[in-house]
Amino acid sequence: MATLELSIGEEVAVTPVRRTRRLGPLFWAAIACMTFVFVVAALANLLPLPSPTDMDMLERRASMSAQHWLGTDGLGRDELARLIYGARISLIVGLCAPMIGITIGGALGMLAGYFRGRFETLVVGSMDVLLAFPPLILALAVTAYLGQSILNLTCILGVLGIPAFMRVARAATLVLARREFVIAAQALGATHARILLRELLPNVFLPLFAFFLLGVAVTIVAESALSFLGLGVPPPIPSWGTMIGEGRESLEIAPRLAFLPAVTMFLTVLSFNLVGDALRALTDPRQGAL
Amino acid sequence: MTEPALLSVEGVAVDLPTPRGNLRAVDQVDLSVGAGRTLGVVGESGCGKTMLSRAILQLLPKKARLSGRVMFDGQDLVGLDPERLRKLRGRSLAVVFQDPMTSLNPVLTIGTQLIETLQEHLELDGNAAKRRSVELLAAVGIPAPEQRLMQYPHQLSGGMRQRVAIAIALSCEPKLLIADEPTTALDVTIQAQILDLLAREQRRRHMAMILITHDLGVVAGRTDEVAVMYAGRVVERAPTPALFKKMRMPYTEALLAAIPKIDAAPHTPLPAISGRPPDPTRPIQGCSFSPRCRYAAGQCHREKPSLAAAESLDHQYACFHPIEVAAGATA
Repeated sequence: MATLELSIGEEVAVTPVRRTRRLGPLFWAAIACMTFVFVVAALANLLPLPSPTDMDMLERRASMSAQHWLGTDGLGRDELARLIYGARISLIVGLCAPMIGITIGGALGMLAGYFRGRFETLVVGSMDVLLAFPPLILALAVTAYLGQSILNLTCILGVLGIPAFMRVARAATLVLARREFVIAAQALGATHARILLRELLPNVFLPLFAFFLLGVAVTIVAESALSFLGLGVPPPIPSWGTMIGEGRESLEIAPRLAFLPAVTMFLTVLSFNLVGDALRALTDPRQGAL
Repeated sequence: MTEPALLSVEGVAVDLPTPRGNLRAVDQVDLSVGAGRTLGVVGESGCGKTMLSRAILQLLPKKARLSGRVMFDGQDLVGLDPERLRKLRGRSLAVVFQDPMTSLNPVLTIGTQLIETLQEHLELDGNAAKRRSVELLAAVGIPAPEQRLMQYPHQLSGGMRQRVAIAIALSCEPKLLIADEPTTALDVTIQAQILDLLAREQRRRHMAMILITHDLGVVAGRTDEVAVMYAGRVVERAPTPALFKKMRMPYTEALLAAIPKIDAAPHTPLPAISGRPPDPTRPIQGCSFSPRCRYAAGQCHREKPSLAAAESLDHQYACFHPIEVAAGATA
């Protein structure tokens, strides 16, 4: 009997060590890429960069040099500075807009999935109406009407993201609300608020967060598309979409002006997608097994 | 029983609307449990055991209709104000579910789930709740309880999880514990341990317990009274020793015969109950067991026998042709 107790004690000492899950080098490369873009964008003011809006008409489309590492654009503005300051806009819009979506959409989806009934019908119905609207046209109409500003752009892209988040949250909640632990919580006298916030939210949050990262990638592309069309952030603020749009005019003379922001955007979006996918793959089988 | 029962279920019926018509899951059930006593509810899958337990807790699906009375500690739970009902659940009424894999929240630690329940009902502060959680886990036989508090359910074995679920159910000293097939999802070796644990805690806390199972063997040594359910009705009800000594309902006998015997020769065919339980959306005329009953005669197919006491007041059964010979000899 003594030996048995001893072995239990040893086993317990070992178990609290967290298992590390394999995520692969691609995931870490994507994380590194994301971190790099974040840090550079956040520290843009501290870096020894020329102003991204100062024009130098004598040095238009200058090639790479010690003074302008990536050359200058069609108006003689430093390309590297514009790329880095553009990253700020893309990241601010790309992160804030899905946050609006995840908050409102997530809350609506969880309430709809948990309470069901007429409220669910109303929520799902109104989201279908919102989805039926062509998103880019809606964004164009709103920015054309309310004016171009970062705030307007973030809000409209955020609102457009609500239906998708609502669906993810509702689908996850529908499955979870039928699990026995929710009935167990009710049987223990938990209030609806407690069940939603303490029992369901931690479960719904994982798939929602994975979807959030994909949402960031989509929003960065959408913001660029709007800027490319001239309805994104107002000039002269640099944004990757604006830069691609401006670079289009000199594709034959200096193709890098369009390709550099395009490649930067591609890499950023790709890393968000990779991280989002890895997290989703991580949460899915575990949800199924439990 | 002379003392007033802690819980008495009076004429409870549960109807579930389904696309194929109305499904009567529980049909006019009367039961009672006194404080400190154990009632076993036995029946095969789909006979309404779980719906009965949900009806007691008022946790039926939204569309279900409930009629009858559920008197608990002097008040009727049916139609009770939701807020008062919520306070009663967990504090006075607790449940242990069948599958500990799904009855614990997979993304919260054991500690969080225990401590929050304690804080919610007993209004303990963080440290007191934590200390009490450790005591509870130790009481249900979990080694190194302090380390367990930081673990997630998937890091524990099935038996350990069920112990945790029992600890959560016992945390607020309930007056009545409903154990809904607490050992069905567990290994046979663990089953006895969990049942012994439940019995021990029940005696120590002087709480009433309803043990729901499909296994007559589980009920045999651990209950004071047994109710056998079939197709939503209680078909036989007796103090446990009386039931096993002299069962009257052919269904009870068939259930007992269907338990594999350890001393039977290899390859002995298991005497299963032929046929299937009746479709609950199509109520049949007469005794609902009659299509499968080997004693059934003309009257059984025409009339529904009612649950009535025969030789002693405690022993009730619903049968026109009760078994006359002592069945205890075969058990």
